[in-house]
Amino acid sequence: MTNPNEQWDIIIRPKKKWLDLNFRELIRYRDLTLLLFKRNFTVNYKQTVLGPAWVIIQPLLTTLVFTVVFGGIAGLPTDGMPSFLFYMAGNICWSFFSSCLTQSSKTFITNRSLFSKVYFPRLCVPISIALTQLLNFLVQFLFFLVFLLIYALKPNSPVHPNFAMIAFTPLLLLQTAVLSLGIGIIISSLTTKYRDLNMLVGFGVHLWMYGTPVTYSASLVMEKYPHLIGLYMLNPMTPIIEFFRSAYLGVESFSLHYMPISIGTTLAVFVLGLLLFSRIEKTFMDTV
Amino acid sequence: MSERTLEIDNVSKQYRLGAIGGGTLRRDLQSWMARRRGKPDPNRKINSNRPLEPTTFMALEEVSTVADRGDALGVIGRNGAGKSTLLKLISRITAPTSGEIRIRGRVASLLEVGTGFHQELTGRENIFLNGAILGMSRQETASKIKDIIEFSEIEQFIDTPVKRYSSGMYVKLAFAVAAHLDPDILICDEVLAVGDVSFQQKCLGKMADVARGGRTVLYVSHNMRTISHLCTRAIYLENGHLLYDGTVSRAMDLYAGSGVRTVERNLDELPRGKLRGANIRMLSMRVIGSETMEYQMGGTMEFALTFRVDIPESRLRLRLILKNHAMSPVAMTQTDAFEVRPGDQPTIRVRFPLDFIAPGEYSIGLALVDGDPKGRSFYYDSLEDVGHFIISDNPALTDGFTWQENLWGNARLARLEMEWQ
Repeated sequence: MTNPNEQWDIIIRPKKKWLDLNFRELIRYRDLTLLLFKRNFTVNYKQTVLGPAWVIIQPLLTTLVFTVVFGGIAGLPTDGMPSFLFYMAGNICWSFFSSCLTQSSKTFITNRSLFSKVYFPRLCVPISIALTQLLNFLVQFLFFLVFLLIYALKPNSPVHPNFAMIAFTPLLLLQTAVLSLGIGIIISSLTTKYRDLNMLVGFGVHLWMYGTPVTYSASLVMEKYPHLIGLYMLNPMTPIIEFFRSAYLGVESFSLHYMPISIGTTLAVFVLGLLLFSRIEKTFMDTV
Repeated sequence: MSERTLEIDNVSKQYRLGAIGGGTLRRDLQSWMARRRGKPDPNRKINSNRPLEPTTFMALEEVSTVADRGDALGVIGRNGAGKSTLLKLISRITAPTSGEIRIRGRVASLLEVGTGFHQELTGRENIFLNGAILGMSRQETASKIKDIIEFSEIEQFIDTPVKRYSSGMYVKLAFAVAAHLDPDILICDEVLAVGDVSFQQKCLGKMADVARGGRTVLYVSHNMRTISHLCTRAIYLENGHLLYDGTVSRAMDLYAGSGVRTVERNLDELPRGKLRGANIRMLSMRVIGSETMEYQMGGTMEFALTFRVDIPESRLRLRLILKNHAMSPVAMTQTDAFEVRPGDQPTIRVRFPLDFIAPGEYSIGLALVDGDPKGRSFYYDSLEDVGHFIISDNPALTDGFTWQENLWGNARLARLEMEWQ
């Protein structure tokens, strides 16, 4: 007979609890997370001529287009900063956020055949995506620093990096990652049932970019629509990008007061994401 | 005392049939709004008072069993009996609806070979990735990679992307990874259906080693030969219920006997393959001279068969295919060609001599085929399994030996002749 006090390693029960995530297990599978991260990277650039150079080509070209279209043709003010640096700062932050979000939002759909055959903590997948995107970001960031140096060393340069704020960069990146993962896993959990959201993600992220000071500056919104500024600042990405620009370029920005709202939203979204994800991951195979 | 590694306690799994939810957010919101306001659900079927709820299906119902170290547990049942669902629950791919499963140690499941292999990665990279997916740490995989590559027999191609592998190579590599995992519980679901025979033998040997090495193996297969070869115990599932838990041979008997053993049978309603049974259709069958469908060795089975003919004049034969308890074909016999005319509904009386058939349980497949085939026979109508019968063992007729089907097969040949020289 079995002794009721015996220790079992795994007990499988019908899902009942709301938050049922096993963090210890997630740590035990860290090798898998790292291998998935490596896989994402290798697979992306296999059979490409330029290979990892794409990491930098894409944001450089986008920045160039922004500089010509929004800075040159439309003549939007860039808080007195060199427009190339201004757009590049916004662009690399945004593409980190958006690619994290889009890819993690497809977690369940793209890994359906894998998830249906073998168990491992499903959260490994979105985490590995965030790591991959973080690496991409860091490469782009390095190039950004090079350009920053070039501009900052020019005589009479308006660029004045604020080193006290720069120290917060890791936290800022963490927040961006947590926010995008949070939204990504919410969408991925819901798409198991509602495929509509899949359609939404593509252009939704695109529209969101225009609601975020990527191609323009938040001070412009303040100037044109001062009564809407409260609403505008509810976008948690706005203070993040403004903070990044203030830190590295030295732009004075009013939006830093809104940082607590952004952090609060981020945490709320992340917790909601974890709740949904842990609910879905056990039974999504029956619905997907 | 052997240590318990797995306890399955009253586990049920319910699936919903049909479309799940409305499928789109808009319809679900509509239904929810309507329910809140107490209005009728706009998505409900007309004239139905039930809310839009698909019917449910119990894939497993209150199944309980246990497994200890060293057990090789075979899971037997027909299609849809719930075997795969059970394995999916144990490997945590989906959660049970009720009940509890307790596991001690690490579980590795091979529900499909090569899951988690990425096409673009090389064999070696995939070994690490797949090892991690199955729960191995990087050091563990690294320490075993030599054995894995050797077992897989594909050293030559180990640094080639797996998208260039043949399916056989793919299977070999995948099984090699799983086999070297050292799990406490190894779950296999018919993974050996692919791969060549010698590799299958190697895999079965490896699984037997795993069990002998004090671990637990759970094995699902329709191939009774591998089950009897590997397993030390078996459970038999039917329609989601666990009907038997015990010896392998008894479970296999139940599996074989789950077919129908009746004297009279309506053949019209049995399912057929595509395009079968349209122009010529077997309608009913009645066995003559036996109440139990149990026959002596060397006896004769007699039955009457009624069928319907809707095609222009043609010549037919009745073909009988004999299958053993594992449902593998054993032998074929057929009548002479005979004439039929359109609109006929003849009844024929068939005598089936049971000479040369060894003792055991058999099932019969019937087919009406073209009388004068040009090369291949054309099947007008065919039924895989119209009924089962038993040929009872009579040691008096086999010189006092009990017939051992798994060693001697299903044919009882004429006696060898010899003379002294």
